[in-house]
Amino acid sequence: MSKPKVELVNGNEAIARGAMAAGCKFYFGYPITPQNEIPEYLSKHLPDIDGTFIQAESEIASINMLLGAGATGARAMTSSSSPGISLKQEGISYMAGSEIPGVIVNMSRSGPGLGGISPSQGDYFQATRGGGHGDYRTIVLAPFSVQENYDLTIKAFDLADQYRNPVMILGDALLGQMKEPIILRDNKPGKFDKPWALTGAKNRKPQFLKSLYLNEGDLTQHNWKLFQKYQQMKAEIQYETYRIEDADMVVVSFGSVARIIKSSINMARDKGMKVGLFRPVTLYPYPEEILRRLSQKVHHFFAVELNTGQMVEDVKLSVDKGSRVDFYGRPPGSIPTPNELFDEIQKVYR
Amino acid sequence: MKQVFKRPNSLRDVPFHFCPGCHHGIIHRLVAECIDAYDLREKTVCAASVGCSVFMYDYFDIDVCESPHGRAAAVATGIKRALPECFVFTYQGDGDLAALGIAEGVHAANRGENITIIFVNNTVYGMTGGQMAPTTMLGQATTTSPFGRDFRREGYPIRMAELLSMTEGTAFSARVAVNTPKNLMQAKKVLKKAFEVQLRNQGFSFVEFLSSCPTNWKMSAEQANQRVHDEMIPYFPLGVFKEKSETDIL
Amino acid sequence: MYFDVIIAGFGGQGVLLLGNLLTYAAMVEGRHVTYMPVYGVEMRGGTANCTVVISDQEIGSPVIHHPVTAVVMNKPSLVRFGAMVQPGGWLFVNSSLIDAAEGDYSKIKMIMVPTIELAAKAGDPRLANMAMLGAMIEETKAITQEAVVKAFKQALDKRYHKMIPINTAAIEEGARFIREGKR
Repeated sequence: MSKPKVELVNGNEAIARGAMAAGCKFYFGYPITPQNEIPEYLSKHLPDIDGTFIQAESEIASINMLLGAGATGARAMTSSSSPGISLKQEGISYMAGSEIPGVIVNMSRSGPGLGGISPSQGDYFQATRGGGHGDYRTIVLAPFSVQENYDLTIKAFDLADQYRNPVMILGDALLGQMKEPIILRDNKPGKFDKPWALTGAKNRKPQFLKSLYLNEGDLTQHNWKLFQKYQQMKAEIQYETYRIEDADMVVVSFGSVARIIKSSINMARDKGMKVGLFRPVTLYPYPEEILRRLSQKVHHFFAVELNTGQMVEDVKLSVDKGSRVDFYGRPPGSIPTPNELFDEIQKVYR
Repeated sequence: MKQVFKRPNSLRDVPFHFCPGCHHGIIHRLVAECIDAYDLREKTVCAASVGCSVFMYDYFDIDVCESPHGRAAAVATGIKRALPECFVFTYQGDGDLAALGIAEGVHAANRGENITIIFVNNTVYGMTGGQMAPTTMLGQATTTSPFGRDFRREGYPIRMAELLSMTEGTAFSARVAVNTPKNLMQAKKVLKKAFEVQLRNQGFSFVEFLSSCPTNWKMSAEQANQRVHDEMIPYFPLGVFKEKSETDIL
Repeated sequence: MYFDVIIAGFGGQGVLLLGNLLTYAAMVEGRHVTYMPVYGVEMRGGTANCTVVISDQEIGSPVIHHPVTAVVMNKPSLVRFGAMVQPGGWLFVNSSLIDAAEGDYSKIKMIMVPTIELAAKAGDPRLANMAMLGAMIEETKAITQEAVVKAFKQALDKRYHKMIPINTAAIEEGARFIREGKR
């Protein structure tokens, strides 16, 4: 084995390079802080592999270009940050309805409205509850390091193709802007049969990709079919546990906050407090069954988020009745320090 | 016996759902004839739109991708960039292209996107039941302009063929009508030119069809054809507004 | 081992390059390291800063409110970050541009570094940031000077590689300043 290639890159560039490692040849986007290094990198490097980069006139156009490229079976991506992701929701709904794969990156910032450019986890509901109209789901992956930005982006393309479904990477400004050394993989992009792809009806019957079903019963059937698919996605559940073996209390956090609170948990351990971490990596499907089983051993959970309370609902829905679920939320504006989160752990730990 | 008239290969053998006297069926047929004429059936992908033309995939025997309302030009861009060897067109009504999708249309044109937009202008929202469109004529009563369109309230009907002829990336922009046999013959000639522009990789091509909507205009088919002649053509003149020469490659 | 630093100054003083170089050097030494720049609107107005965290263990937060170390290259940065340094920590002040530090810095180690003069001694006064880096790593032992020299090749674009010797000389001037106790 040759020595792994390590490079110092920022989180956004890691996503762009993950996309290229996954064989993504098409990118469509519109500039917005704090994710501009993604389009900047791809505008420079996609031409190397005969790929296509389009800076579209809007986020709406970008998502629909993604829909079009995805419809041909090509690996394609768009990225944005919160306000731009709101604009993409219609397209995501159509992609889910027409079962068109594609990767959407949200390096989220703070809202509501124009909000600000500081990190936030205020888009959890939007990402995991559909965001657009209709009863659909998007696979949502939440990295917590620059390395995971890279690895999960590669994975996102495989999941999108496997399930014929949009997949979202939900990061934030912190994960986009920070630099860390990462190990680059010599990735062989996954190969998926795409008999449904629109390529011109040569030597086969014409086919179409659509989400409109007006004949009686058809839409019901279509929705049940999608539901079955969402059930199957549970096979993809991914999570991390840290120091939970003997824990009296388990902190539940995702993304950048999970990263910060790991240090706080170490501080708590040094003080003799038996605290561990449960970090969902797939936010949809949420690791509810794992958390439920954990709640049979541990009865105290502490959800910590960079918002005023979103994922905590999933924690409450997952754990057994009788478990205590505490919450600490931080609205956008400042990033909590390990010390501050340690103080919050101390307040609820007993 | 010699067969002198038949269904184009690119159309399926099913009856149209369109109202009597509606021009969509004729325009569908013209598009299908052009696909056949250049032997494109097996290498065409269409981005359908939302409106009366939403059922394209029921009539055309080609690959079709449904687009969100107004976004067909963006969807077609994604398709064409991934499949540059395919013939890619959108088929959009006035609400779809001239209202919601005007940004996507103008920017696809300005990028010189090598796609063809078939634009059907019948001055009204057909499928939703006759509401005002961006192309509704001054004075025309619709369900949402019941006293007639007044420019002081609703502005003026928008001329898309002229507007899109203004961008540098547009290789071809024209307006045609199919209300008379003569106009229909001319429309087919113009449509073929638009197809050829894309086949020569010359960039964006656009054909606006003036179309009737007898149901929402509350007219007979004959009266509707007459209205195209009397009211629409004077405001929306027929003609070619932009045509790059054959040697003018992007 | 744990070390963190906020490096701040005017745009053009090379504070981001200083941070990047430190980060690369930590990477060369096989440590965990994070680099966090300011971004977006904060970039406007001419000030720049970044935070570097180096550790033997996985790093929790790349953003630090009360750093172990602050490097301030201009007066506004001293005003903004000087008081945030942890008790017992270091405050490196660019004394070529900042006359005297007002306020109570009795609980921290304040080190005045005449960066421009030191860089000039090495041959180019514009390399003040490198002189500061040399002083900082010599004093804090956050990373070795050898690692920084190795890091140059990764941090700098190839066309600047011919500048490595003079940059190295500026770093050495900064380090010698600390070794000789002239502060």
